[in-house]
Amino acid sequence: MAHATPTLEENMMDPPRGYEEGAGVYNEKLGMWVFLGSEIMFFTALIGSYIILRVAHPEAWKPPGEVLNVPLTAINTFLLICSSVTMVKAFAAIQDGNLAGLKRWLIATVIIGAGFVGVQVFEYIHLVNDGFVPSEGLYGSTFYTMTGFHGFHVTVGVICLMYVTWRAFQGKYSAADHRGVEVVGLYWHFVDLVWIILFTIVYLI
Amino acid sequence: MEKPKHAHPNYVGIFFFLGALTLLELGVAFLPWPKMVLILLLIFLAVWKAVLVALYYMHLRYEPNRLRLLAVAPLPLAVILVVAVTREFRW
Repeated sequence: MAHATPTLEENMMDPPRGYEEGAGVYNEKLGMWVFLGSEIMFFTALIGSYIILRVAHPEAWKPPGEVLNVPLTAINTFLLICSSVTMVKAFAAIQDGNLAGLKRWLIATVIIGAGFVGVQVFEYIHLVNDGFVPSEGLYGSTFYTMTGFHGFHVTVGVICLMYVTWRAFQGKYSAADHRGVEVVGLYWHFVDLVWIILFTIVYLI
Repeated sequence: MEKPKHAHPNYVGIFFFLGALTLLELGVAFLPWPKMVLILLLIFLAVWKAVLVALYYMHLRYEPNRLRLLAVAPLPLAVILVVAVTREFRW
Protein backbone atom coordinates (compact mmCIF):
# COMPACT_ATOMS: atom_id res chain seq x y z
CA MET A 1 0.00 0.00 0.00
CA ALA A 2 1.41 3.38 -0.97
CA HIS A 3 1.86 5.82 1.84
CA ALA A 4 3.73 9.04 2.36
CA THR A 5 7.18 8.49 3.84
CA PRO A 6 7.64 10.73 6.89
CA THR A 7 10.37 13.33 6.81
CA LEU A 8 13.44 12.81 8.95
CA GLU A 9 12.22 15.44 11.39
CA GLU A 10 8.77 13.81 11.57
CA ASN A 11 10.39 10.46 12.21
CA MET A 12 12.37 11.90 15.08
CA MET A 13 9.60 13.99 16.56
CA ASP A 14 6.50 11.86 15.89
CA PRO A 15 7.34 8.28 16.69
CA PRO A 16 4.81 5.53 15.99
CA ARG A 17 3.59 4.67 19.48
CA GLY A 18 4.66 4.49 23.08
CA TYR A 19 5.26 8.20 22.82
CA GLU A 20 6.54 9.95 25.94
CA GLU A 21 5.26 13.51 25.67
CA GLY A 22 7.61 14.90 28.31
CA ALA A 23 10.73 13.85 26.44
CA GLY A 24 9.38 14.31 22.93
CA VAL A 25 10.55 10.88 21.76
CA TYR A 26 9.18 7.36 21.95
CA ASN A 27 9.85 5.29 25.05
CA GLU A 28 12.38 2.85 23.63
CA LYS A 29 14.58 5.65 22.35
CA LEU A 30 14.31 7.50 25.64
CA GLY A 31 15.26 4.31 27.48
CA MET A 32 18.28 3.78 25.23
CA TRP A 33 19.50 7.33 25.80
CA VAL A 34 19.18 6.93 29.58
CA PHE A 35 21.14 3.68 29.29
CA LEU A 36 23.78 5.41 27.14
CA GLY A 37 24.03 8.09 29.84
CA SER A 38 24.98 5.38 32.33
CA GLU A 39 27.43 3.98 29.79
CA ILE A 40 29.08 7.38 29.46
CA MET A 41 29.67 7.36 33.21
CA PHE A 42 30.99 3.80 33.06
CA PHE A 43 33.56 4.56 30.39
CA THR A 44 34.39 7.87 32.05
CA ALA A 45 35.32 5.97 35.20
CA LEU A 46 37.62 3.73 33.16
CA ILE A 47 39.17 6.58 31.18
CA GLY A 48 39.47 8.75 34.31
CA SER A 49 41.25 5.97 36.20
CA TYR A 50 43.55 5.47 33.23
CA ILE A 51 44.46 9.16 33.07
CA ILE A 52 45.14 9.34 36.80
CA LEU A 53 47.30 6.21 36.79
CA ARG A 54 49.18 7.40 33.74
CA VAL A 55 49.85 10.83 35.22
CA ALA A 56 50.97 9.23 38.48
CA HIS A 57 53.24 6.64 36.84
CA PRO A 58 54.32 7.89 33.40
CA GLU A 59 57.30 5.54 33.42
CA ALA A 60 54.99 2.51 33.22
CA TRP A 61 53.84 3.44 29.71
CA LYS A 62 55.73 2.92 26.46
CA PRO A 63 55.71 5.44 23.57
CA PRO A 64 52.94 4.99 20.95
CA GLY A 65 53.65 2.11 18.60
CA GLU A 66 56.41 0.52 20.67
CA VAL A 67 54.25 -2.22 22.19
CA LEU A 68 50.83 -1.74 20.60
CA ASN A 69 50.23 -2.23 16.89
CA VAL A 70 49.00 1.22 15.83
CA PRO A 71 48.61 0.53 12.06
CA LEU A 72 46.52 -2.60 12.75
CA THR A 73 44.35 -0.74 15.23
CA ALA A 74 43.98 2.19 12.84
CA ILE A 75 42.56 -0.27 10.31
CA ASN A 76 40.25 -1.58 13.02
CA THR A 77 39.17 1.98 13.85
CA PHE A 78 38.41 2.48 10.18
CA LEU A 79 36.38 -0.75 10.22
CA LEU A 80 34.25 0.52 13.09
CA ILE A 81 33.67 3.83 11.31
CA CYS A 82 32.64 1.83 8.22
CA SER A 83 30.19 -0.14 10.35
CA SER A 84 28.69 3.10 11.65
CA VAL A 85 28.00 4.34 8.15
CA THR A 86 26.48 0.99 7.10
CA MET A 87 24.30 1.09 10.24
CA VAL A 88 23.04 4.58 9.52
CA LYS A 89 22.44 3.63 5.89
CA ALA A 90 20.32 0.71 7.13
CA PHE A 91 18.32 3.17 9.22
CA ALA A 92 17.95 5.57 6.29
CA ALA A 93 16.83 2.67 4.06
CA ILE A 94 13.99 1.62 6.35
CA GLN A 95 12.99 5.26 6.87
CA ASP A 96 12.43 5.28 3.13
CA GLY A 97 10.54 1.98 3.33
CA ASN A 98 13.38 0.10 1.60
CA LEU A 99 13.35 -3.27 3.38
CA ALA A 100 15.85 -4.83 0.95
CA GLY A 101 18.27 -1.97 1.64
CA LEU A 102 17.78 -2.41 5.38
CA LYS A 103 18.69 -6.10 5.17
CA ARG A 104 21.69 -5.45 2.95
CA TRP A 105 23.15 -2.71 5.17
CA LEU A 106 22.44 -4.63 8.36
CA ILE A 107 24.28 -7.69 7.06
CA ALA A 108 27.21 -5.45 6.14
CA THR A 109 27.19 -3.96 9.64
CA VAL A 110 27.16 -7.38 11.31
CA ILE A 111 30.05 -8.61 9.14
CA ILE A 112 32.16 -5.49 9.70
CA GLY A 113 31.37 -5.46 13.44
CA ALA A 114 32.37 -9.11 13.75
CA GLY A 115 35.49 -8.25 11.77
CA PHE A 116 36.39 -5.62 14.37
CA VAL A 117 36.08 -8.19 17.16
CA GLY A 118 38.14 -10.67 15.12
CA VAL A 119 40.95 -8.15 14.60
CA GLN A 120 40.92 -7.33 18.32
CA VAL A 121 41.24 -11.03 19.20
CA PHE A 122 44.09 -11.32 16.67
CA GLU A 123 45.77 -8.29 18.30
CA TYR A 124 45.36 -9.79 21.79
CA ILE A 125 46.88 -13.11 20.71
CA HIS A 126 49.94 -11.38 19.28
CA LEU A 127 50.35 -9.10 22.28
CA VAL A 128 50.12 -12.02 24.71
CA ASN A 129 52.61 -14.02 22.63
CA ASP A 130 54.96 -11.03 22.84
CA GLY A 131 54.66 -11.05 26.64
CA PHE A 132 52.30 -8.08 26.97
CA VAL A 133 49.75 -9.56 29.38
CA PRO A 134 47.25 -8.00 31.84
CA SER A 135 49.52 -8.84 34.77
CA GLU A 136 52.45 -7.06 33.10
CA GLY A 137 51.77 -3.92 35.15
CA LEU A 138 49.71 -0.76 34.97
CA TYR A 139 50.13 -0.48 31.21
CA GLY A 140 48.91 -4.01 30.55
CA SER A 141 46.10 -4.03 33.09
CA THR A 142 44.62 -0.69 32.00
CA PHE A 143 44.99 -1.57 28.31
CA TYR A 144 43.19 -4.90 28.61
CA THR A 145 40.53 -3.50 30.94
CA MET A 146 39.59 -0.62 28.65
CA THR A 147 39.84 -2.37 25.30
CA GLY A 148 38.35 -5.56 26.79
CA PHE A 149 35.25 -3.81 28.09
CA HIS A 150 34.88 -2.02 24.78
CA GLY A 151 35.30 -5.29 22.88
CA PHE A 152 32.63 -6.82 25.09
CA HIS A 153 30.28 -3.96 24.18
CA VAL A 154 31.01 -4.47 20.47
CA THR A 155 30.33 -8.20 20.83
CA VAL A 156 26.99 -7.48 22.53
CA GLY A 157 26.25 -5.00 19.74
CA VAL A 158 26.96 -7.60 17.05
CA ILE A 159 24.61 -10.06 18.79
CA CYS A 160 21.87 -7.40 19.00
CA LEU A 161 22.43 -6.51 15.34
CA MET A 162 22.09 -10.18 14.37
CA TYR A 163 18.74 -10.23 16.17
CA VAL A 164 17.61 -7.04 14.38
CA THR A 165 18.76 -8.51 11.05
CA TRP A 166 16.77 -11.68 11.74
CA ARG A 167 13.69 -9.57 12.47
CA ALA A 168 14.31 -7.56 9.31
CA PHE A 169 14.24 -10.78 7.30
CA GLN A 170 10.90 -11.55 8.96
CA GLY A 171 9.60 -8.22 7.68
CA LYS A 172 9.09 -6.75 11.15
CA TYR A 173 10.21 -3.25 10.20
CA SER A 174 8.63 -0.64 7.97
CA ALA A 175 8.86 3.06 7.21
CA ALA A 176 6.17 3.63 9.83
CA ASP A 177 7.73 1.55 12.62
CA HIS A 178 11.44 0.83 12.80
CA ARG A 179 12.15 1.50 16.44
CA GLY A 180 14.30 -1.60 16.88
CA VAL A 181 16.65 -0.51 14.09
CA GLU A 182 17.02 2.99 15.50
CA VAL A 183 17.50 1.95 19.13
CA VAL A 184 20.14 -0.70 18.38
CA GLY A 185 21.71 1.76 15.93
CA LEU A 186 22.08 4.30 18.73
CA TYR A 187 23.92 1.72 20.83
CA TRP A 188 26.15 0.80 17.89
CA HIS A 189 27.11 4.40 17.14
CA PHE A 190 27.83 4.96 20.82
CA VAL A 191 30.24 2.01 20.78
CA ASP A 192 31.92 3.60 17.75
CA LEU A 193 32.07 6.95 19.53
CA VAL A 194 33.72 5.40 22.60
CA TRP A 195 36.31 3.68 20.42
CA ILE A 196 37.17 6.99 18.76
CA ILE A 197 38.12 8.32 22.20
CA LEU A 198 39.83 5.10 23.34
CA PHE A 199 41.91 4.83 20.17
CA THR A 200 43.34 8.28 20.78
CA ILE A 201 43.92 7.87 24.51
CA VAL A 202 45.22 4.31 24.57
CA TYR A 203 47.07 4.01 21.26
CA LEU A 204 48.12 7.47 20.08
CA ILE A 205 48.97 9.41 23.24
CA MET B 1 6.13 4.12 -2.92
CA GLU B 2 6.36 7.87 -2.67
CA LYS B 3 9.85 9.29 -2.58
CA PRO B 4 11.02 10.82 0.71
CA LYS B 5 10.29 14.53 1.03
CA HIS B 6 13.63 15.17 2.67
CA ALA B 7 17.26 14.58 1.92
CA HIS B 8 19.07 12.42 4.47
CA PRO B 9 22.21 13.93 5.92
CA ASN B 10 25.26 13.22 3.77
CA TYR B 11 26.20 10.06 5.72
CA VAL B 12 28.87 8.96 3.23
CA GLY B 13 30.43 12.42 3.17
CA ILE B 14 30.66 12.36 6.96
CA PHE B 15 32.20 8.89 6.76
CA PHE B 16 34.96 10.13 4.45
CA PHE B 17 35.53 13.11 6.73
CA LEU B 18 35.83 10.79 9.74
CA GLY B 19 38.31 8.68 7.78
CA ALA B 20 40.32 11.79 6.88
CA LEU B 21 40.38 12.90 10.52
CA THR B 22 41.62 9.43 11.53
CA LEU B 23 44.46 9.69 9.00
CA LEU B 24 45.25 13.15 10.35
CA GLU B 25 45.39 11.72 13.87
CA LEU B 26 47.87 9.08 12.73
CA GLY B 27 50.01 11.74 11.09
CA VAL B 28 49.91 14.02 14.12
CA ALA B 29 50.61 11.27 16.69
CA PHE B 30 54.15 10.68 15.45
CA LEU B 31 55.20 14.28 14.87
CA PRO B 32 58.27 15.43 16.83
CA TRP B 33 56.27 18.12 18.62
CA PRO B 34 56.04 18.80 22.37
CA LYS B 35 54.02 16.08 24.09
CA MET B 36 51.42 18.48 25.51
CA VAL B 37 50.74 20.00 22.07
CA LEU B 38 50.26 16.53 20.59
CA ILE B 39 47.93 15.49 23.41
CA LEU B 40 45.74 18.58 23.05
CA LEU B 41 45.65 18.27 19.26
CA LEU B 42 44.81 14.55 19.35
CA ILE B 43 42.07 15.04 21.95
CA PHE B 44 40.64 17.89 19.88
CA LEU B 45 40.52 15.65 16.78
CA ALA B 46 38.96 12.77 18.73
CA VAL B 47 36.28 15.02 20.23
CA TRP B 48 35.57 16.45 16.78
CA LYS B 49 35.00 12.94 15.41
CA ALA B 50 32.86 11.95 18.40
CA VAL B 51 30.68 15.05 18.00
CA LEU B 52 30.17 14.30 14.30
CA VAL B 53 29.05 10.76 15.14
CA ALA B 54 26.68 11.99 17.85
CA LEU B 55 25.18 14.80 15.75
CA TYR B 56 24.71 13.01 12.45
CA TYR B 57 24.84 9.23 12.96
CA MET B 58 23.00 9.34 16.30
CA HIS B 59 20.81 12.15 14.92
CA LEU B 60 21.16 14.39 17.95
CA ARG B 61 21.05 17.33 15.57
CA TYR B 62 17.47 16.43 14.71
CA GLU B 63 16.25 15.50 18.19
CA PRO B 64 14.20 17.66 20.55
CA ASN B 65 16.23 19.88 22.86
CA ARG B 66 15.15 17.89 25.90
CA LEU B 67 16.69 14.71 24.50
CA ARG B 68 19.89 16.57 23.61
CA LEU B 69 20.02 17.77 27.19
CA LEU B 70 19.61 14.19 28.40
CA ALA B 71 22.43 13.08 26.10
CA VAL B 72 24.91 15.71 27.32
CA ALA B 73 23.81 15.61 30.99
CA PRO B 74 26.43 12.99 32.01
CA LEU B 75 29.30 14.96 30.45
CA PRO B 76 29.67 17.60 33.24
CA LEU B 77 29.50 14.77 35.77
CA ALA B 78 32.18 12.93 33.81
CA VAL B 79 34.43 16.00 33.83
CA ILE B 80 33.83 16.50 37.58
CA LEU B 81 34.73 12.85 38.21
CA VAL B 82 38.02 13.04 36.31
CA VAL B 83 39.02 16.48 37.63
CA ALA B 84 38.12 15.65 41.24
CA VAL B 85 40.08 12.40 41.29
CA THR B 86 43.03 14.00 39.49
CA ARG B 87 43.11 16.73 42.16
CA GLU B 88 43.05 14.01 44.78
CA PHE B 89 46.13 12.47 43.22
CA ARG B 90 47.97 15.81 43.08
CA TRP B 91 47.38 16.36 46.80
